[in-house]
Order: sequence, then C-alpha cells, then structure tokens
Amino acid sequence: MSESNGVLVRVENVEKNFQRGSEKVHVLSGLNLEVPDGTFLALMGPSGSGKSTLLNLIGGLDRPTTGSVEVGGDRIDKLSGRQLAAWRARHIGFIFQFYNLLPVLTAERNVELPLLLTHLSKSERRKHVETALDVVGLSHRTRHYPRQLSGGEQQRVGIARAIVTDPTLLLCDEPTGDLDRKSGDDILELLQALNRDHGKTIVMVTHDPHASARASHTVYLDKGQLSLEPPE
Amino acid sequence: MKFLSLVWSNLKRKKTRTALTLLSVFVAFVLFGLLCAIKEAFTAGVTMAGADRLISRHKVSLIMTLPVTYGPRMEAIDGVDLATHWTWFNGIYQDEPKNFFGSFPVEPISFLEMYPEYTLPEDQLKAWLNTRTGAVVGTTLVERFQWKIGDRIPLKSPIWPREGDEAWEFDIVGIYGTTENRGDPSGFFFRYDYFDEGRVNGKGEVGWYMVRVADPDRADEIAAAIDAEFANSPYETKTEPEGAFAQGFVQQMGNIGAMLVAILSAVFFTILLVAGNTMAQSVRERTEELGVLKAMGFSNGLVLSLVLAESCVIALLGGLAGLGVAWAITAGGSPVPDMLPVFFLPKPYLVIGVGLALGLGLIAGIFPAIQAMRLQVADALRRNA
Repeated sequence: MSESNGVLVRVENVEKNFQRGSEKVHVLSGLNLEVPDGTFLALMGPSGSGKSTLLNLIGGLDRPTTGSVEVGGDRIDKLSGRQLAAWRARHIGFIFQFYNLLPVLTAERNVELPLLLTHLSKSERRKHVETALDVVGLSHRTRHYPRQLSGGEQQRVGIARAIVTDPTLLLCDEPTGDLDRKSGDDILELLQALNRDHGKTIVMVTHDPHASARASHTVYLDKGQLSLEPPE
Repeated sequence: MKFLSLVWSNLKRKKTRTALTLLSVFVAFVLFGLLCAIKEAFTAGVTMAGADRLISRHKVSLIMTLPVTYGPRMEAIDGVDLATHWTWFNGIYQDEPKNFFGSFPVEPISFLEMYPEYTLPEDQLKAWLNTRTGAVVGTTLVERFQWKIGDRIPLKSPIWPREGDEAWEFDIVGIYGTTENRGDPSGFFFRYDYFDEGRVNGKGEVGWYMVRVADPDRADEIAAAIDAEFANSPYETKTEPEGAFAQGFVQQMGNIGAMLVAILSAVFFTILLVAGNTMAQSVRERTEELGVLKAMGFSNGLVLSLVLAESCVIALLGGLAGLGVAWAITAGGSPVPDMLPVFFLPKPYLVIGVGLALGLGLIAGIFPAIQAMRLQVADALRRNA
C-alpha cells in the first residue's frame, strides 16, 4: 500500500445518505478528511453525528453515496465486494466497543481468525498469535474463553486480533465505551503504544474527551460536517 | 481444512441443540438403512435372478404341476443349456406351523449346476448323492433350529403326504452357503427320487423348471420355443426370465419400492425441516459474529461455505452414524429369518445414503447460508450497538 504525500486516508466530498422508509436521511454531506500516516486521530461528536458511518466508509464496510474514499492510494469506493473483503483482510484492523469476540473460541483462536485468510502455515499462525498476545500483555491468558476474561482483557484480545495481520490502519469504534476508567486507560495506553512504538495509524471514534486526549489529533463531527473545534 | 475447527466450534456452541439435531438425522438414516434392507429382502429374487435363467411353469398357475419328462425335452430345444426342476414341498418341522420354511425336492447335480451361487463342499455333495434321504440345508436355517450334519429331521407336508401318512424323514448331509449375498441361505433341499417314490399322489410331476440358456440375448426367443414345444398339451407352459417372474411375484404384495420411498420421503422432509430450522436459528443468533468475520475480510462466498459446511457436518455425522448402525444391524443377520431370509444392506444403498446425507446438509443449510452471505457488515454490526 502506498501513501500519497504521507496521507494514508483521504476522504473527498463524501456524502452518505440512508433511506429510512420514505424518508432520506443525510448523514454525511460533502465531507473531507485527510489522515496522515502514523497519526492517532480521535473522531468525536455527539450520538448520531455520523462517526461510525465515517469509520465504516474508511474501513470499507460501507460505500459513500457520492465522493471518494482513498486509503493508502487505493480508491476503495471503487472496489467490488470481493475485492473489498480481500482489501480489509490485508489492510484494516477493527476494534469494537463490545469486543465482538467469538464466544466459542479461546483467546488465541479468536486472535488467529484473521490469519485464516492468509497462506500462513499453522505454526506460522501460532507464532503471529503469540506475538500479538504478547504485545497486548495477554500471553498468560491464551487458552481462556471470552467469558473467562474481564472486559479489559477481552478488549486486549480484540486489539491483538486487530493487529495480528500487521494492518496498515487500525479503526477503533468506542474502544473504551464498555470499560471502567482503569481498564479504559490501559486500553488507551496500549493504543498509544501501538501508534508510538509500532507506527500504527489509528482512527478512533469516541465521545469521551478523556479518550480523545490520548490521541495526537482530534476532529469533531457534527451534523455531517467535520471541524477542528468541538461543536457548541 | 483450517476452517474445519471453526465450523466444529460453532457446532459446539449449543451442544444440546446440535446433539438433538444429530440424533434426529441419525434415526432417519438408521430407518433408511433398515428400510433399504427390507426392500432388498423383498426384491431379493429379482436382484439375485440370473440373466441366463428362465422359469417355466404351468400356463394356468404356479401351483399346477408339470411332468418330470419335460426336463429332457427342454434340454433338447436349441439354445437351452440346462434344465432342472423344483417342487414346493411346504415342509413343517415338529408339527408346529410356525416351524415353516422353504423346502424343495430337487435333482442335486443339475440343481447345483444351475445355481453356482450355492456352495456345497465336495464331500457333502458326495454324501448327498449317496444318501437317499439326504438333505442339504442353508446356513441361516441351521442356525435357526441349531441343526448339524447327521441330524435326522422329520417334516410333514400338507401338500405331499407320505404313504402311510408318516412324517418324511431326512438326514442332514450338508450345509450349503451362498456367495456375494446371492441365493437364499434359509432353504431345505432334498432328493427328488426319495420324494417321488414316497408320495401318495402326483408321482412323476414337478412344480416348475429352471432353464439355463447359452445366450441370454436369446432368452425371449428360447422362452417362446419352450412354450411352443408344449402348446396344446394338457400341461402347457409359461416361460419367462427369472427376473421378470420374481418381479411379478413381489408385485403381488404391492409396490414395495414405492411404499418405502413414500415413507422415507416423509421422514426426510421432516428431518429437512428440523435441520433447516436449526441452521436458520444458529445463523440468526450470530448475526454480529458473522458481521465481524466479514469486517475482518471473510468474503461472502466464504461465509456461505462456512454455514453450509456446518449444516453438512451435522447431516454427514448423523447420516454416517445412522448408516453404520443400520449396516451393523443387518450384518448381524435377519431378525426374522423365516420371513426375510435375505437381509443385508447392499453397498449401493450405502453410497446413496451418503449422497442423501450430503444433499440433506446442503438443502437444510442453503437458505441460512444465503441469508448469512447477504448480510451487510455495517447493518450486522449496528445490531450490537
């Protein structure tokens, strides 16, 4: 993946509308955003402002109604569904608010999931999984099922799963939204470390100022528009 | 293969539900196997029929007899290789009507030559030829009555009383086997000369003839020639291929195949609903998880395959276990050897069973799989939010 002029994510004139019954809902209108490579960007805004929608567009989970989304030089809004799935597998790591681990799999097997889409052998996959769990500080909990882990630990597994393929971009949707302050801080520190020590570009949706304070940059989304200042 | 453990883990998610679904598929396939064995038992005569064998009986009815002199005349007809005769004896052991089995007076040499599927050791054949009261008995009949070589067996026949109204006495001189599941292992065969000499009536008559033709392609032509040979006589014949005769015999009981297909269709339709409902419920319950997999990069096709694989694993596990148990039951022999002497599950039915299991898995899983495939990632993830 190549970045153009150090910009990893470029969103241009993006409009996103949803049809809700007979009503057309405008979520994003003419939105522009550039995320430089290596940035830890916090995306803030009130509920319903379109944060998650924007995150989905950047992660190739949804397509804009109009406009373009370019990540690492790839026009992902032009990719077919199949190409988009393969692109996500290579370049994106998702971290969810509710961790979204598979309850029937142990921590290590949850982390292994994205690697099943690669050509790595079983032993190579195991090595990658060990490394990822080591990075998040969960080497001692590999055989535990999600129900046997605390919320903070489950989110660490979620982060290990997101980074195990060494993706270009980490997308976090309210990663501390379901955690207590202490666990949330630990997770934010971990994200900071991934950004600082491993050079990961992170886009994090949050409405928690405490979380956004950990990011290197913060932008605000309100009524479908971005600004550098919080809305009134 | 690397996805198999994921499939397996998903099946273990609701162990009770998976176990119950497996059990229902298992029972359906045990039933399938046993019903196939029963069908085979009823139609054994058809499948075991030799392509080169004709049956020639009295034109009016099978219960009417033919002269024993017809044998040499049949063998003289062009294309006839061998003729041998059977007569229905209807022997009853120990005066107990339930102790009934197929018993027939035959000519030992031509009989064994006609039926290579019946195997008899050389020394036992010699003993049969040397013992006027000798009888050879099938393996399942021997097991049924715990007989052994050397036993003297008294039989009574309501059709063929013996002079002096005494029981017919036979000495077991041989135990015949059958090869490759062909032939009836529950028969009782004894010498025609002993029978003909001792019976009160019908001397010089036989029940029907089996005729072997040199060229099976000429079977119809030769059958017509045999019937023509005895036309306008008091004992006119009706000759037809052994398979056609056996088929007609079975059809007197009704269309066994159609009945079994109807039962199995109802069973499999029910199982299809059970398995389909299980899969649909399973997919509904993990909409978010499927969304997460897609977010990671699992393609729509892969998600479809995973759901289908789950459905197929359930169907194949239950199906193979069911077929295995059905096979084991039938391999243990007929539970009612006097009614169904030939009782086994032929390999083609096992192959059909595996195909059915796979088909069941695919059909039960296809709609939930398509539903999972069409799932929009953003929508699926939003449901959790």
